This record gives sequence, structure tokens and C-alpha cells, in this order.
Amino acid sequence: MNVMVCAKQIPDPAAPYQLDAETHFLERPTDQILDDTDRYGVEMGLQVAEQTGGSVTLVSMGPAGNLQGIRQALAMGAAKAIVIEDPALRGADSWTTAHVLAAAIKREEFDLVIAGTESTDGSAGVLPQQLAELLGVPSLTFAKQLEHEGDMIRIQRQTEYGYDVVESPTPALVTVTSGIVEPRYPTFKGIMEAKKKSIEVIGLGDLGVVPAETQKIVEVRPAPERASGEIIEDDGEAYQRIVQVLEQAKVI
Amino acid sequence: MKVWVFIEESQGGPAPIGLELLTKARTLTDEPAVTYLGMGSDETFAQLGGYGAAAIYHIATDDHLPTAAAAAALASLAVSHAPDVIMFGSTPTDRDVAGRLSARMGLPVISNAVDVLVDGESVTVINEIFGGSQMVETVFTGGGPHLVVVRPKSFPAEPGGQTSPTVEAVDLPDVGHAGAAVVTGVHVEEREGPQLEDASIVVSAGRGMGSAENLSLTQRLARVLGAAQGATRAVVDAGWVPYSLQVGQTGKTVKPDVYIACGISGAMQHVVGMKDAKVIIAINKDEEAPIFALSDLGIVGDVNKVLPKLIEALEARQ
Repeated sequence: MNVMVCAKQIPDPAAPYQLDAETHFLERPTDQILDDTDRYGVEMGLQVAEQTGGSVTLVSMGPAGNLQGIRQALAMGAAKAIVIEDPALRGADSWTTAHVLAAAIKREEFDLVIAGTESTDGSAGVLPQQLAELLGVPSLTFAKQLEHEGDMIRIQRQTEYGYDVVESPTPALVTVTSGIVEPRYPTFKGIMEAKKKSIEVIGLGDLGVVPAETQKIVEVRPAPERASGEIIEDDGEAYQRIVQVLEQAKVI
Repeated sequence: MKVWVFIEESQGGPAPIGLELLTKARTLTDEPAVTYLGMGSDETFAQLGGYGAAAIYHIATDDHLPTAAAAAALASLAVSHAPDVIMFGSTPTDRDVAGRLSARMGLPVISNAVDVLVDGESVTVINEIFGGSQMVETVFTGGGPHLVVVRPKSFPAEPGGQTSPTVEAVDLPDVGHAGAAVVTGVHVEEREGPQLEDASIVVSAGRGMGSAENLSLTQRLARVLGAAQGATRAVVDAGWVPYSLQVGQTGKTVKPDVYIACGISGAMQHVVGMKDAKVIIAINKDEEAPIFALSDLGIVGDVNKVLPKLIEALEARQ
């Protein structure tokens, strides 16, 4: 199977995120990492491709920066990457992003599209479903396990109460949860090979997508803060203070 | 203002978040309507009437995952009735339907909403970002219906505005290959103790517990307090507990009277699911852990030493 994996470069969540004061868009440094959520998608895609004799193509939208995050996914074993970067896409919502990714994916031959359930920086959590609708394929979402057999795929879909088993013929789109597979670490050989792999950086004009402004951030303000409480070092007796607080809260 | 609420069936009745959204919808319009996805029953429709639903469009199905067809049915309804706003809950199936509907109708969707404001024709959505430390107001600038996905527990579910709703049956259309995914098995995990979403006390475990074995401590603490057990994503991903216990951005949202965070650092993705607990108690060995910034009581220490003493003291009281 040929697998398209949606991979997003995001600012490192370990550093505090900042919004641009004027546009309210997230500030994106040149150095961006591969969204941790997408490492699972890349790994799942690689396993399917390896088992079926296909390949993995990455598709990514956003400021390319130094492409560090994309190279990280290529070093894991993806064959090539398509990156869509355009100043007109700054602050694009999930709907516009889905149109852009769909246009890029439609240029390729694919059996399976894999995405994370939601990005770590945006967390909208609806883009894969928008993408599936635009591609006219079924969406098998929130997968915690994926199997394939011929041109059928089967997932365990996380639910509020356990999981459902969902089956579908390909082509199809799957969203994967973290923990579905253990992502591999790039090897030295993989890192060297990634330097030679194709990263095609294209703009909106290449795809014929015109972004529309659909929403506007009108205000960003600090949320009401919780009053900071009491912090104590455990001297072996701190549990007594917990008991007191539980008593005050009238739960014991 | 025509406000609709999409409600999926869950365990034979309306999903709890659906009732939260319907309660909110009553404050935005006199006659909220519901699109109900599931088998439905007279009892369910009467219950929705008890929450003020003036009209119910019933998309009848026993399928768990008719999301492409449900989005198509909803799109037809939206074209003929022109609602201004359709609210969805932030649940897996609601997100599937909202996303597909958005693409089908060429409309944006704003997710992770914690409030929806209506002023004349204008619809504004409030989101919390960066672990709930900042609030963002976003206004829809295009035409409706405006699609909004709302986080659980953003509004209390309260009956009111009693009606006898009209019920209109809606067919699921054939959407071809896009609708080819089928559910072939349903697995319900056995859970003991109170439900995480409704419990007045939640005891949650983080990576700082050290190992799956050490979770016997948080389990014992939960049992002695009559609390529900929760966990961070790291603990779920490590396979120590099932996903149904996960609290946070990609898990459940809880608002208990007391939340006890054991070995939890307080990553933004976790905090967003528990920061509205009335009292937060945290035990963590790292005094710099962000969880302490929102704790009413923070204990800097080894959670695996504090918990046995706490459990013993609580057991002695019983």
C-alpha cells in the first residue's frame, strides 16, 4: 500500500508558546520539530508500507523553516515529502488546511492516508475528517490498533467505554492515537539518507487553492487565575495536611 | 437566531454532553432544535423536550459509525432549514460528523469551544489556549450555519423550558465509498467504582508514579475515598491503564470537588481536563512542576512514600 502521512512541524512544546501581538497567530520559529503525535502516524505508515511493499509520502502544510521536523520523519524511513508553504496560509484554519492537504494528496496515488487525531499546537481535531470528506474516502478515527489484509483495513477505535472494531476497504483515512505503535528512532544511516531524499516545497498557486477568511480572532486575554495555594515539603507528615484539606472540602 | 444541537446516542440515551449543549442552546434561542443520531425512543424524545428541544430531527440508525452518511443527512437538513449555529460535543463521533459536515458544506468549524456568544447576527466562540491560561474570542466572518465543537462540561446540564417537541424522521443517504467503514465489534471495558466524569473525588496517576505496579497505591486511595481513578496521557500510552481513564485534552474533562494529582507534572494537555476542579491537591517530587501553580495544596515529596501513609490514615478513620 502507498501511504500518505500528514506530518506537521510545530514549535517545540517544551518552550512557552507565544501569540503574535497583532495577528494573534502562533509564533513559529525557524526551528520546528515534528509533532510528537505524528511520529506515531509515520511509524504506522512505515509498518504498513513495509509489510505490503509500498512507500510512505509525507504531506505537510506550514512554514517550512529549516525543515528539521520533516527531515526527522524522512530519517525514520519515509520516501519523500511534499511541503506546502505560502504566506497566504498564515493562521489558516483547519478547513483551509484540509483543502490544501487534499489538493496535494490528490496528485499522488494512495491507498491509505494517516493522520494524528489532533495536532499538539492547534488541537482542532477535525482536520482529518474534513480531509476524508474532501477525498471521498471513509474515515476510521481514533485508532489504537490497525491491521490490514489485502485491500481491507481494520482498526480498534477508542470509544468512551472501550473500543469498537471498524473495517473498511481502501482507499481510506485513519487517524491514530499515541500509543498505537512504538515509533522508531532514526538510525545514523537513516539520517544520512534523509539528506538526499526529495522534499518538494510548493505554494498555493501549484495547487489552485484559494484560502478564504472565515473567522477572525477579536480578543486574547489572560484567563482568571487560580489563587496560588500552599506548597509544603514532605517531612514524613505531609499526609496529615492532605487529610485536613479533604475534611475542609467535606469529602471525608 | 436558529440554534441546533447535534446529539449522538450513547448507551441507549442522549450523550450527556448533548444535554449540556441543549441547556446552553436555550439561553441563545427560544426554540432550540436537536438533530439526534441513533435509535431514539419516545422516552429519549420526551427527555429532550424536558431540556427545551422544540424540534427533533431524528437520523435513525443502530450503526455506531455512520459519520459520512450522517454528515450528508445533516447537510441536507441544514440547507432546507438554514440554522445559524450547530453545536457539537467534543466526542469522537461528534468530531467525525462536524468535520465531514464542514468539508461537505464548505463551512469552517471552530473546536475546543468553552462558550458561545450571540450578539444579533454575530456568533463569537470562546476558546481556552495554552492549558487554559489564555482566553481567545473568535468571531465567524462568513455565512452560516456556524459549526462549533464544544468541550465537555463547559455548561451544566439542567432541565428546563419543557416542550412537547415535534419529531421528524430523517433518512441516512447512501454516500458510496465514503460510507464504506462498518463497525464489526463493540467492546465495553469493565469499570469499577464511580464514573470519572461524575465523581466528586478523582485520584489521578502520572508518570511520576514510576511503574504500573505502583498504581496499586492510587487504586487503593481511590477505593478508600470512593473516588474515580484518572490518569495522564503518558500513563495511558505506556499501557498502565486503559484510555477510558485518561484526563485531558485528548481524554475526559472532569470538574470534581477534589482532584488529587499523584506524580503528575501538569502538562498543558492534562491541565485543560482538570483545572476547574474545586480543590486541587498535588504530590510531586519536582518543586518546579507546573501542577503546583494551580494547586490548593502542593506536597513536594515522593508520592510513593506519601500515599501509603495517607491511605493508612484514611483507612483508620473508617
